[in-house]
Amino acid sequence: MSALLEIRALTVDFLAPRVVRAVDGVDLALGPRERLAIVGESGSGKTQLLLACTGLLAANGRATGSVRFEGRELLGPGDAAAPARGRGIGFVFQDAGGSLTPHRRIGDQLIEVAMAARGMPKRQACDESLAMLGRVRLPDPGSTMNAYPHELSGGMRQRAAIALALAARPRLLFADEPTSALDVTVQAEVMALLDALCRDFGMALLLVTHDLGVVAALAGRIAVMYAGRIVEEGDTDELLANPAHPYTAGLLASVLSLSALEDGELATIPGAPPRAGETIQGCRFEPRCPRRRERCRVEGPRLEAGGTSRVACHYPLDAGRSP
Amino acid sequence: MTLGLGREALDALRRDRTAVVCLVVLGLLVLATLAGPALLDYREDEIDWSHMAAAPFEAPGHWLGTDRLGRDLLVRTLHGLRISLAIALAATLVSLVIGVAWGALAGFRRGRTDAWMMRFVDVLYSLPQVFFVIILTVVFGRGSFTILVAIGAFGWLTMARIVRGQALALREREFIDAAIVGGAGTARILARHVVPNLLGPVIVYATLTLPQVILVESFLSFLGIGIQEPLASLGNLVADGAAELETAPWMLAVPAACLMLVVFCFNFLGDSLRDALDPRDR
Repeated sequence: MSALLEIRALTVDFLAPRVVRAVDGVDLALGPRERLAIVGESGSGKTQLLLACTGLLAANGRATGSVRFEGRELLGPGDAAAPARGRGIGFVFQDAGGSLTPHRRIGDQLIEVAMAARGMPKRQACDESLAMLGRVRLPDPGSTMNAYPHELSGGMRQRAAIALALAARPRLLFADEPTSALDVTVQAEVMALLDALCRDFGMALLLVTHDLGVVAALAGRIAVMYAGRIVEEGDTDELLANPAHPYTAGLLASVLSLSALEDGELATIPGAPPRAGETIQGCRFEPRCPRRRERCRVEGPRLEAGGTSRVACHYPLDAGRSP
Repeated sequence: MTLGLGREALDALRRDRTAVVCLVVLGLLVLATLAGPALLDYREDEIDWSHMAAAPFEAPGHWLGTDRLGRDLLVRTLHGLRISLAIALAATLVSLVIGVAWGALAGFRRGRTDAWMMRFVDVLYSLPQVFFVIILTVVFGRGSFTILVAIGAFGWLTMARIVRGQALALREREFIDAAIVGGAGTARILARHVVPNLLGPVIVYATLTLPQVILVESFLSFLGIGIQEPLASLGNLVADGAAELETAPWMLAVPAACLMLVVFCFNFLGDSLRDALDPRDR
């Protein structure tokens, strides 16, 4: 399978004012139409990973390694990622309202992207935008075209933002916690919408989230990130059923469920992730890990492949799956 | 900015009574400066030997009186207003075009581009303006063109700084990232996503620039390197009037009232314009 997006040893550093490493040697590959979710706590570097791939890092950010989109290198001097934007990679941001320009109508913004990215005449871009607003299931596309972002509700804004990201018809969609700003009922709708859109447009999806419930429904594969590194990657069903890394298991255990609430005890992972910029010799999860041993403190585990999954742990949970 | 936004802004402006009144007053003033001197009986440098320093309505034909040399004050004020308005509008336009473009590009590009562009602004800032104007008068001679160049060359600096600060803040907003990912180039992002969102402070500052330019011009005229007699500007009329305050107070009152009226109108208009351009305030 030739990869659509291929990330090799991607490292993102911020110089602020000492060097802070947000992403540390990440390898990932994503095929056409494939859906991969990156799961992790806030601060694990998952957003910076997406930003680095699209050349949107903050001014003091430095990305090294290699990111290839359809064989074209996106990291490099100048704005190497520019050709991949628009028709290549679309981006749905966390804050829905924020990705719409406040002083312009939704319709104008959609038409602008359709005209620029796909070279359409204005008339056609207008029809196309109207159809796209219908596709993201906004109740009244006609009046939404003429609305300003502040006139829409949060859920409608997120739909409009998705329409904006899709207006260029990208082959790969980055979605950075697309539902975390929305309430639960709207979350489910937006997720179902993303699911349908990916299928209909034949789009690949790279989803970043901290919500495992969201992932189970949407992504075929999951990569779990912790403190800038991928600690486990595998098929969604298998990873959710048999997590190999203690951190993944901890994440799963802390997902809220009614039965857990009845027990009166919320499962958490004790401790906190290492602070950004801390240098750690051993495994990064070691201080919080229930299965830690002496070896974990001195030697950092590598991400080892085993079958369809990869895990970075000396003592993974499921012995049958360990390398 | 799209045409639709412009039309809506105009509608909002039309509903705003203050803005309409200000527009009408400014329109009448502009009309008066253009047509007035031709309709009145006196020219701006014509001396009426029999009515020197006449009070308003004291001498026939001199509605607002005359100055020390017997020149009609109304005609001179209209002339002065014409020149002052022309310089103020031109300088504000320069400040808008260069200042906004410069500041927006610097703020958007950030990093080294920003540093170089803003250092250039700093260098111009540090030049003493009066000294620069004196050099210009040596090169170009005295007159309105020199004043225009002098004010235009410095007028955009503050605007560039204000816009750059706003653009830096806007640059961090997600809709800019969204536009970049959408495949928009720098020019389109600046024109469609950055500049429309900073029009508010730009317009407010532009309305502050207008009166400021009129005052700088009057200051330069006062120093004798601005608009020269017998030509009138609001600046040198006020300066003359201030000298005669005890004997002929109308010589100060007439141009000063005119200056105040213009400044008020522009400030109110700017305020209304900012509201009209912001869809959230319409």
